[in-house]
Amino acid sequence: MEYFVQQLINGVTLGSIYGLIAIGYTMVYGIIGMINFAHGDVFMIGAFIALISLLILGSLGLTFIPLALLIVLIVSMLLSSVYGWTVERVAYRPLRGSFRLAPLISAIGMSIFLQNYVQIAQGARVKPIQPVVNGGIVVMESPNFVVTLSYMQILIVLTTLALMAGFSYLIAKTALGRQQRACEQDRRMASLLGINVDRTISLTFVMGAALASVAGMMFVLYYGVIDFFIGFLAGVKAFTAAVLGGIGSMPGAMLGGLLIGLIETFWSAYFTIEYKDVAAFSILVLVLIFLPTGLLGKPEIEKV
Amino acid sequence: MSALLEIAGVETFYGNIQALRGVDVSVEKGEIVTLIGANGAGKSTLLMTLCGSPQARSGQITFDGVDITRKPTFEIIRMGIAQSPEGRRIFARMTVMENLMMGGTTADPAHFDADLEKVFTLFPRLKERQGQRGGTLSGGEQQMLAIGRALMSRPRLLLLDEPSLGLAPLVVKQIFEAIKQINQEEGMSILLVEQNAFHALRLADRGYVLVNGAITLAGTGRELLARPEVRAAYLEGGH
Ligand SMILES: Nc1ncnc2c1ncn2[C@@H]1O[C@H](COP(=O)(O)OP(=O)(O)OP(=O)(O)O)[C@@H](O)[C@H]1O
Ligand SMILES: [Mg+2]
Repeated sequence: MEYFVQQLINGVTLGSIYGLIAIGYTMVYGIIGMINFAHGDVFMIGAFIALISLLILGSLGLTFIPLALLIVLIVSMLLSSVYGWTVERVAYRPLRGSFRLAPLISAIGMSIFLQNYVQIAQGARVKPIQPVVNGGIVVMESPNFVVTLSYMQILIVLTTLALMAGFSYLIAKTALGRQQRACEQDRRMASLLGINVDRTISLTFVMGAALASVAGMMFVLYYGVIDFFIGFLAGVKAFTAAVLGGIGSMPGAMLGGLLIGLIETFWSAYFTIEYKDVAAFSILVLVLIFLPTGLLGKPEIEKV
Repeated sequence: MSALLEIAGVETFYGNIQALRGVDVSVEKGEIVTLIGANGAGKSTLLMTLCGSPQARSGQITFDGVDITRKPTFEIIRMGIAQSPEGRRIFARMTVMENLMMGGTTADPAHFDADLEKVFTLFPRLKERQGQRGGTLSGGEQQMLAIGRALMSRPRLLLLDEPSLGLAPLVVKQIFEAIKQINQEEGMSILLVEQNAFHALRLADRGYVLVNGAITLAGTGRELLARPEVRAAYLEGGH
């Protein structure tokens, strides 16, 4: 029982990280109908920016952790946004209106470029970091197992919840969110209403990148090590989460992220840790075959 | 003083297919101008070309003295043009209210309530349906919504593409009355594309006949109604 609860806590934490990345996949898919294959690498870049800015703040002698984390959060969101924006400008916009596979190929090129760029700039070896947020709460105790909820886990889940609430509100209730939904549904009509479609698409990439960078920051703080390749696995899993939840659906991305995090954690806890990545990929294949619209995907019922 | 809208020698292509062959059309302030023509004549293409999507390959389009031929669509719209396009293009997954809010994208938010009230007075049906999703409205309701959405931006020039298409005669009458009312009360200039030539020509100050991408006839609504070739091609059998 204690072991189970501990895995549940770990799974929800991991799921939060996947959910944050998955939102970027789903939003970009919603608006341009294509997968952003460089999204996982923007997550990786976000993690590196967080790590570097933490080290810089540390060397400047900033020891008040909450302030340091807030600064790191803002810096990595801002800088990663520039990467997200650039990915759209370089890999997608010039090829809009070209055949469908063209932007996918250029995005994969972008992904490889980003990986190599970080590999050269930061080295190929894993980068460790000292734990920043320490301690936790003991939730349950038995003679041979102690269930802890670390402060880092609380921080991850709360940040994720706050960001998801904020973004859901933005999409549902603000003018920008309505413009994004309008572009999703009918880009030409959106422009006929005076919406700058190019700008709206750019903003969507930027928002996805900002969320992914938060995930990257949480990842580096939680696991303490990163390398230039983390974007690939995390990206594929978050993509699986987005597909499982129903690509194009925001709540779907959150739910999918949570489920993938839980499945992966329980799989490694009760079966074998070696095959934990296989679990995520198997789900991707099964969902694509049996449930292509995902759990919360939009059924196409409207008459127009 | 030049006209509010001046289209001169406009040619538009889809790939190699030429859809407009040197079209000249003008709309003065406060006028209702109608464009009639058979299926595939290029009427919708003309309305879309003047919104910059697709752009004209040659010729010039001037709105309020400004050359808009090469401007991107959203900038043209922001100058004060609104279109209720062919096929209505309602946002199906948005509510009626959200669709109307989208219509007000370029408008001053301070006008929103007043403009909404005006649209609801014109089409009381929309008020009853404001929380319903656009995709579930009836065809006539969608048409009202498309026109209402276009009005929400307070355009100086309103483009209507076949607002009567597929509607029952009673609804058509309502829509045409609404168009007249908008024009008289607001002094809004209107360019109306119609298959329903009889109604359109009776309503309009002036009209143009478009055949195969070129204007073949122009004149006041009354003049065109009396022309035998117009009667033969566009009025026989139908009103
Ligand atoms: N996207 C497109 N690609 C290629 N050809 C097009 C496209 N849109 C329109 N056309 C062609 O351009 C010509 C004019 O079309 P348009 O839609 O402007 O006609 P219309 O006068 O509005 O007709 P209708 O009364 O049927 O709406 C037609 O021959 C049509 O096939
Ligand atoms: Mg047409």
